[in-house]
Amino acid sequence: MTSIITTPRFKDNVHEALVDSRLQRAMHHAQNFVPRRAAAVARLPEFEALRNSARDIKNHTLAHLDLYLEAYEEKVIEAGGHVHYARDAAEARRVFLDLCETRGAKAVTKGKSMISEEIGLNQAMEAAGIEAIETDLGEYIIQLRDEAPSHIIAPAIHVTRDDVEADFRKAHRDLPADRDLSQPEQLLAEARGILRDKFLAADIGVTGANFLIAETGTSVIVTNEGNGDLTQILPKVHVVIASLEKVVPTLDDAAQLLRVLARSATGQDMSVYTTLSTGPSRPEDPDGPEEYHVILLDNGRSAMLGGQFRDMLRCIRCGACMNHCPVYQAVGGHAYGWVYPGPMGAVLTPSLIGVADGGQLPNASTFCGRCESVCPMHIPLPKMMRHWREREFERHLAPATIRYGLGVWSFFAERPALYRIATDVAMRALSLLGRRKGRFASLPFAGGWTQYRDLSAPEGSTFQAQWRAKSGAVK
Amino acid sequence: MTSRGTRALCFDHDHDLNVALKRAVAWSNVDRDVPGGLILLDNAVVSPGAGRRVGLFVTCLVDLMRPSVGFAAVKLLEDAGCKVIVPAQTCCGQPAYNSGDRAHAKAIARQTMAAFEDCDYVVAPSGSCAGTLAKHYPELFDDEPELALKAAAFADNCHELVGFLVDVLGVTSVSARYDGVATYHDSCSGLRELGISSQPRRLLATVEGLKLVELIDNDVCCGFGGTFAAKYGELSDAIVSKKTANISATGADTLLAGDVGCLMNMAGKLQREGKRIKVRHIAEVLAGMTDLPPIGEPVGGTRP
Repeated sequence: MTSIITTPRFKDNVHEALVDSRLQRAMHHAQNFVPRRAAAVARLPEFEALRNSARDIKNHTLAHLDLYLEAYEEKVIEAGGHVHYARDAAEARRVFLDLCETRGAKAVTKGKSMISEEIGLNQAMEAAGIEAIETDLGEYIIQLRDEAPSHIIAPAIHVTRDDVEADFRKAHRDLPADRDLSQPEQLLAEARGILRDKFLAADIGVTGANFLIAETGTSVIVTNEGNGDLTQILPKVHVVIASLEKVVPTLDDAAQLLRVLARSATGQDMSVYTTLSTGPSRPEDPDGPEEYHVILLDNGRSAMLGGQFRDMLRCIRCGACMNHCPVYQAVGGHAYGWVYPGPMGAVLTPSLIGVADGGQLPNASTFCGRCESVCPMHIPLPKMMRHWREREFERHLAPATIRYGLGVWSFFAERPALYRIATDVAMRALSLLGRRKGRFASLPFAGGWTQYRDLSAPEGSTFQAQWRAKSGAVK
Repeated sequence: MTSRGTRALCFDHDHDLNVALKRAVAWSNVDRDVPGGLILLDNAVVSPGAGRRVGLFVTCLVDLMRPSVGFAAVKLLEDAGCKVIVPAQTCCGQPAYNSGDRAHAKAIARQTMAAFEDCDYVVAPSGSCAGTLAKHYPELFDDEPELALKAAAFADNCHELVGFLVDVLGVTSVSARYDGVATYHDSCSGLRELGISSQPRRLLATVEGLKLVELIDNDVCCGFGGTFAAKYGELSDAIVSKKTANISATGADTLLAGDVGCLMNMAGKLQREGKRIKVRHIAEVLAGMTDLPPIGEPVGGTRP
């Protein structure tokens, strides 16, 4: 599903989302993240200091990314693992499918990974005849539904409990009709029962990474279900797929970032599981994979390093920006039309699929700034959305009506004397027109506004005209 | 506290050493030849705004749609002893800036900075426009170092009206009356770019007859967003509908905020929904200038 990009049809997607009453019901629950984060932050007086420190750690890392990547690679190899660099999505898929082919892999279990979504890994596996099994409960649900994640940490946030029960009854053929699945715990137990066998039968386990630690060559994942651990420990081969900005210098740095990650994401102090993996299992280990591979994806990120969107590479994928975004809250993640929704998606998507296709997203923001205010990495998201608008404007991608309107408006705005006279005449006229009701229910050229709300009529003569008349009289 | 009976504002000079120090720094920059002189930490001192030339950046929406907000701002500033001047002006340039049209935004910004050159302060009855002047002008010129410096110096003197009254002038109360139950929406730019949150509430608490009830999700955007409201009308509508539901839930008869754009959006939606809630800019209430009908209501108060 994820390979189909519907971002250019954003407005249609928005409409469909707004009239979808099931989705609207589900999105109502999504807002629980907001008070939970607020409570977690309130419990930690040094949260602001940690945010600053987290930002500084990533800034430092990005300034020396080449060095830390080399150091990381060296340590992975030292621990007996392998590092594969992939310039783009196609290369990453090829590396992975080669690994599957040479090892005769037929079934692959997967922990939640947005990079896997970004490169369309499941579709590639399906095409190659390999079974991909999502083991995160949310990912498992949307895989059954043949959908893409609608949130980067809560992929099935757009479905209700009732939807899940219906999906399970349809997909799990052996499920007795009278089995009670009315509680979320019962749904979880049902999914666990199905997945247990899959874990044991898998040839390869794939996980993403929240952090890659250069000091030790370690990959870190955080989960709440423990599925990530089973995914990476039980199969013979563990493959980590991660984008290259996930690297941090030291274990201490990762620990600092972990302190802001879960608090910003779900409002937990820590996720239930924080799992560190370094290389394949050692002789003294009771279990673990025989092989450990890391696929390091660039896919446009090194190009972002040198430009206006560099700050975006600090993102640790907590989802706080979308949890707090009035646009995301209104329409959910699928409306954004590709892998990354919400404010971080509005910045990242044009970088990854191009501004011609992704340009709607940075425009569909009120610049309310709530995203930036909760971002644990202090990413100036509105500022970067504005940068995209500038690129669109430069490339004449903005709609003609907007360009033309802005041109006319700027002409007057740059001529104060003319502006004062022209606006005074216009406002007096409009005021007369709207005098009876004090507002307009419709007005030519204002349909975008009056289709949904009334437009108040101006009072009459403009402030500047009145002020000038008044001060002229005093003098 | 005030020596002139007609003054509608009160000041507290030693409630906060920081404010006092800030003021001392500001004073050192203005003409010391002020009538009445200056004794900083003395409650007998009046009009902390005395002798200050405050340029009113009236904002295009107030100028065009709601001039009475401009006159309310003038009254509040003059009551604080400021000398208010209104240089010829148009808009802060935000519509161009936020639409990606940097060239026009820069031209308008240069024009605005020049127009207000000889003011000690620039004050706007809008968090959004004040945010553009105070936060975005320096950013706008980040590729022109000389102008960026100039913009930064200009930005330091730019303030949102209520924040200016409370934080810079130390105004602690107003003498105004408004009989009603009001709720207050924190407009995004004022709240998050300029930290306007406690200041309006402090002054509203001193308005006689006014009861303030808090709005659920008062810090969530109303869905206005300038051109966003027209470009993404359906999305904007979904956002403002949540806002008007929250406004109704307060039971307030009046909605206040510090930005005419947001107010027009919320008023327009409340009116489309047939809800009888009066919508006003906070300056109108603080200045006691509520004779004109609320936003979007006709003179005489007749309803369709």
